[in-house]
Parts: sequence; structure tokens; C-alpha cells
Amino acid sequence: MTALQRLTPNPIAHLSAQDIENLGADLDALRAQVIADRGERDAAYIRGVIAAQRRLELGSRAVLLFSLFPPAWVIGTAGLAVSKIIENMEIGHNVMHGQWDWMRDPAIHSTTWEWDNASPAELWKHAHNEVHHTYTNVLGRDNDLGYGIMRVDEDQRWKPFYLAQPLWNAINACLFEYGIAAYDLQIGKYLKGRVDKADFRRRARQVLAKVRRQATRDYVLHPLLSGPSAVTTFTANLTANLARNLWTHAVIMCGHFPEGVQTFQKTSIDGETRGEWYLRQMLGSANISGSPALHFMTGNLSFQIEHHLFPDLPSNRYAEIAPQVAEVFERYGLTYTTGSLPRQVFSAWRKIIRLSLPNDVGSTVATALAEKVGARAA
Amino acid sequence: MPTLARFAERLTTPLLPADYLDVINPLLSAAALRGRITAVLPETADAATVVIRPGRGWPAHTPGQYLRLGVDVDGVRHWRAYSITSAADRCVTITVKAVPGGRVSEHLVRRAAIGTLVHLQAPAGDFTLDAAPGAAVLFVTAGSGITPVMGMLRGLAPSAVRDIVVVHSAPSAAEVIFGAELRRLAADGRIRLVEVHTRTDGRLDAARLDVLVPDWRQRHTFACGPAELLDDLERRWAAEQLTGRLHVERFRTAFTALGEGGRATFSATGATVDADGATSLLETGESAGVLMPSGCRMGICFGCVAPLRAGAVRDLRSGEITTAGDGVLVQTCVSAAAGDCDIEL
Repeated sequence: MTALQRLTPNPIAHLSAQDIENLGADLDALRAQVIADRGERDAAYIRGVIAAQRRLELGSRAVLLFSLFPPAWVIGTAGLAVSKIIENMEIGHNVMHGQWDWMRDPAIHSTTWEWDNASPAELWKHAHNEVHHTYTNVLGRDNDLGYGIMRVDEDQRWKPFYLAQPLWNAINACLFEYGIAAYDLQIGKYLKGRVDKADFRRRARQVLAKVRRQATRDYVLHPLLSGPSAVTTFTANLTANLARNLWTHAVIMCGHFPEGVQTFQKTSIDGETRGEWYLRQMLGSANISGSPALHFMTGNLSFQIEHHLFPDLPSNRYAEIAPQVAEVFERYGLTYTTGSLPRQVFSAWRKIIRLSLPNDVGSTVATALAEKVGARAA
Repeated sequence: MPTLARFAERLTTPLLPADYLDVINPLLSAAALRGRITAVLPETADAATVVIRPGRGWPAHTPGQYLRLGVDVDGVRHWRAYSITSAADRCVTITVKAVPGGRVSEHLVRRAAIGTLVHLQAPAGDFTLDAAPGAAVLFVTAGSGITPVMGMLRGLAPSAVRDIVVVHSAPSAAEVIFGAELRRLAADGRIRLVEVHTRTDGRLDAARLDVLVPDWRQRHTFACGPAELLDDLERRWAAEQLTGRLHVERFRTAFTALGEGGRATFSATGATVDADGATSLLETGESAGVLMPSGCRMGICFGCVAPLRAGAVRDLRSGEITTAGDGVLVQTCVSAAAGDCDIEL
């Protein structure tokens, strides 16, 4: 995809300025509806999820104390992986977005939550809440478009470095929690000399401290506690962290990389109105379709569109408002980008492979491959 | 064992061991004071005694003190201060009168379920008999103002010999909270009880009190009730230079001076909201999802102080304006925005 502003036909050409304002008002009304209704059952939901996740983690780590015994290794590792995924996605990501700040519970609040991940919450919140959610999919502003190591849009200039981006993507997937930490630390910017040195050093110390605490827990203390099962507990933690990395990476790729997701030129957001901001979120995000279990394990980021429209509404509400959001898309003649998990992951990977080559070469190769494989092109 | 505790923390990072303990039993935590509601006992048509079993770490209280209670209503945590009406500590009681339209009081009296987890802050306050070294005491109360006094009466050792007069005002006999218990105490000769039923007898004020208890000047007086009654008593005692013998417990502080309102920024959280001049910055911040520390919520305990980084605020009680500066702190519970302001929370 190229920037929306350069597309013909333009997906929003049929909308007048008034249409866009009406769209904004419709979505504002939907948001107000949820906020008015928000209450006890939502609070019970997040508390229930947190309690269940902590019990699962505690139980899994307890089982892993006997990880020398293969069934214990399998059960404990699976449980630990699932508990880490839930903590990062349904709980951590959403709490840090402020979705539960309305409860006035200091234990479940965006200003106090520290998540089970190598990246410190403070740095993640800046990169994610402040930058990504404000400049969503704006070329040159939203670094989530490739994370600085990949090219995900035709309008991003090609460099030979990107030839290996399928490899960078695969490596990043395996080491994703460290990838996020490095990204939130803005290492790329620092290497280009665009970050204040003292600031960077302070944040780097923060990151190293967090990495050290996390690694000590998973790779030293828990194994030590397991006595004779030390080595197998070590591998169990390694595997659980890897599983979390691979899963979260795949889900996050599906948010903005699959075909059909729009990007936007840098200057196009100057003087952006609320309606236009909503529109950019709608067109710059993609959903994943699936079962309630899938939605839960993606931290409801399978409702990426709803999340980008209303990042601070409780995540359990996204599934409930999705039909109304889809109806807004239809009413304004817009495409609601969604697909099954395998399809969206495949679509994202295909884009990464295609754009590892310069534009003309890339699309030629892609078309040739598509004809061979018989898969539908974007 | 400090090293064991440190080891446990390193094992549970980024959480604390208490966070895992909480999913097993929230009452085991010594770090956070909590309790469970074990009973809700109606006292009158609109008042009920809530019995709370505190968890670990709950300290002993002095009768007459109040506790702060945090309870979740419709998913949101609200904090209120209530006088402790029990003498013992293993089960603590508070007696709540439902204020019409009151979010927390209505919930506690009418809807609170047994087993509900509540959050607590340690007992506080100096409205206790320690302030009255002499034996002769006068209690002047109205409505829910009887609650701290009931705590003090129940806390009296059976052997303690004190000359106690209780003057209590309520709309009618049936609406006297703890009516039966007070009348029994009177019948047993433990207190002299004077009931003023305002619907039939008219209002209780300092002049009336003069008639009912002519020797009030020789007593230490503890008063708790609506602002008008307390203000009147304070004026009378001051007129006779006896202010030191009057001890007053106010449940609400009068907001007489409104602020201008403005845009209130809570810079540490990054929230900015429109604040009106009649609402305290504490409530404004809470409504915006900011974590606001609080205590008595009426300007006495300084549990809500926060730095004022920019702009100005007006004290809702006195009208005094405070402008931002280095190290300037304000009490968010009794301050409203006087123009745009920035609170560092």
C-alpha cells in the first residue's frame, strides 16, 4: 500500500468534510454510551482475569519445581506461557492504556502498573500510548511502521538493509520482549545522534535493570528453587518466554501490517479534526476474526480497529461494540479490514517479504509467486 | 527475616509477594488494611450498622475516633470517613445514615452484600475522652452525630464512674439511632438522657441547651451534628471564654467560598479536565481517573496535599487564594480551581 493520499481511487474521496464530522459525532456517541454503562461488571471482569492469571502463573511455576518429570515440564511450561501472554496482552497492555483508571484502584492503574516484560512500563507507555496512538500509521511519524528495521509501505524508501528484513522480522519475533525494550529505548535514534545522551543513559539503565530483574527471576531464582529440576526449569522459562514472544509478535503484526491497512502522509495530519482522527484509526488498523478464546488471548487486540478508536475503553467492551462500529463503516462506505489469524499473519509476512525488495521488483516477484501459489493477491 | 523477604520480592518481580497472597486471601496482607463486611444491621429506617472484620494489621482504636473506608460502588472505589461505633477491635462497626442521593451511604445502608471486601485506613481523630480529664461530661448530638458518642459510651469500662449527660436531637423518637440502647443506659443510671424531638419540640440550639443542662459550664462538652448546631455552640462557648471545654467533631466542612473554575491539569498523570469552581480538585481529579491521595476529605488531616505547579486555587472554606510557586502545597479536598491550574499528581 502507498499512503492513502496517493491512492487512486482514494478510499475516502466520497466523504465530504461534513460526512467526516458526522462520523466523528457518531463515534463520540458510541463512546459516551459505553462510558455511561461502565460499572460493576467491568470491574469484576478485570479483577477476575487478574486473579485467574496470577493463580495460573503461581500454579505453573509450582508445577515446574518438578520439571525434571516430562509431564510436569509440559504442563508447567504451557501454563506459564499462557499466563505470560495474558499478563502482557489482556492485562498489562490494557491497564497501561488507562482502560481501568476509572476504577480508582491504585493496584490496577496506568500510573502504577509494571508488566512482566523486558521493557519498563514508563518507556513503553511513551512509545505506545503517546507516539503510536497519536501518529498511527503516519509515514515518518509512527515508528511502529516497521519499528525502524523493516519497510512496510511502498512509500518508505528502500535500502539494501531491508533485503534481509524477513530475517530481522523472524529474529525480532523470537526476541520480541527485548525488541520492544530496544525500540522503546529509541536505540536507533540514539545511534543517529538524535537523542540527548544523558537522557538515553538514564533510560538505558532503567531497561537494563528491568531486564536483569526479569532474567534473574526466570533463569536463576526459579531454576535454583527447583533443585534437581534446575536445568529443566531453566528451559521451561526460556520456552515460555519464547512462546509469548512469538505469539505477541504475530498478533501485533496483524494490527497494522496486513493488506488493506492504510498509511498516511506526514503532512496530511496537520490540523486534523476529531472526525479525521477517527477515520485514520479506522483505516489504519486491521482486525482478526475468531472465537472468544482467540479474542481473549490476543488481549482483544483482535479488535484493533475498536481499540484504536477507543484506546481507553475497557477491553471487554470491544467485542460488544464491534457490530456497531462495523455498521458505521458500512454507513460511510468504508472497508472494515479483518480476517482469520492465519490469513492476517500470512498477509503481513507476505508484505514484509514483498517490500524487502524495491517497489517494482517486489511487486513483480509477488505477482509471479501469487500466480504460482494460486493465492489471492491483496 | 529481611533476606527472605528480599528473595521473595525478586522471585515475584515485577509484582510483590503480597500481590500473589491477595489472590489467595486479601485479608492476609499486612501492607494494605482491608476488611470484610460480615453483617449489615438496620438501626432506623435510613441508618444501618455495618459490621466489618478487619484483616491483618488493624490497630486498636480509641473510642470516638473515626476510620476511613474505601468501598467499590458500581466498580469505582470511593473513600469516606465514619466514626467507629464499636468498642472492641476484632469486629469493628460503623453506623451509616443514608444521605439522600449519597452514593456511598445509600450503597452501604441498602445494597452492601455480606462478604464485600472493603479497604481501610487506620483509625484517626482526637474526638476522644482523653481530652476531658474531669469526670463530668456533656454530649450534645444530632442525627448521625450520635455515632462517635456511641463509640465512647460503649468503650466506657463498666466500673468507670462518670457524670454523663447526653442531649440528643432527632426528628422523632423512632429516628433516634441507638435509641433503645441509650434509653437502657439511662434506665440503668449510667447516663442522664435528654431527647429533643425536633418535629414536636423544635430545634436544639445553645439557648435550649442552657435550659436543659444548666451546669454545662462545669462540664467538658463533646458535640457532633449539623454545622448550624455546632456553629451556634461554638459561638456560645466562645462568648463565655470556655472554648477549651468544647470539643467538636464535624462530618462536613462548609464550602462557603467558591473558586472561579478553570482547566485543571494533573501533570504527573497527564490528564487535563475542566474544573468548576464549586467542586474540590480532589473530586475533579478522581472523576478524571487520576489516583488522588486522600484522608478525611474535609481539610483536617492533610492526607491529600499535593504540589501546585502552576496557576491558582481557592480554599473553599475561607476563600483564600494560593498561587503556584516552589514547594507550594495545597489540600486538594478543600481547594477548587481559581483559573487554570496544575497539580502534580
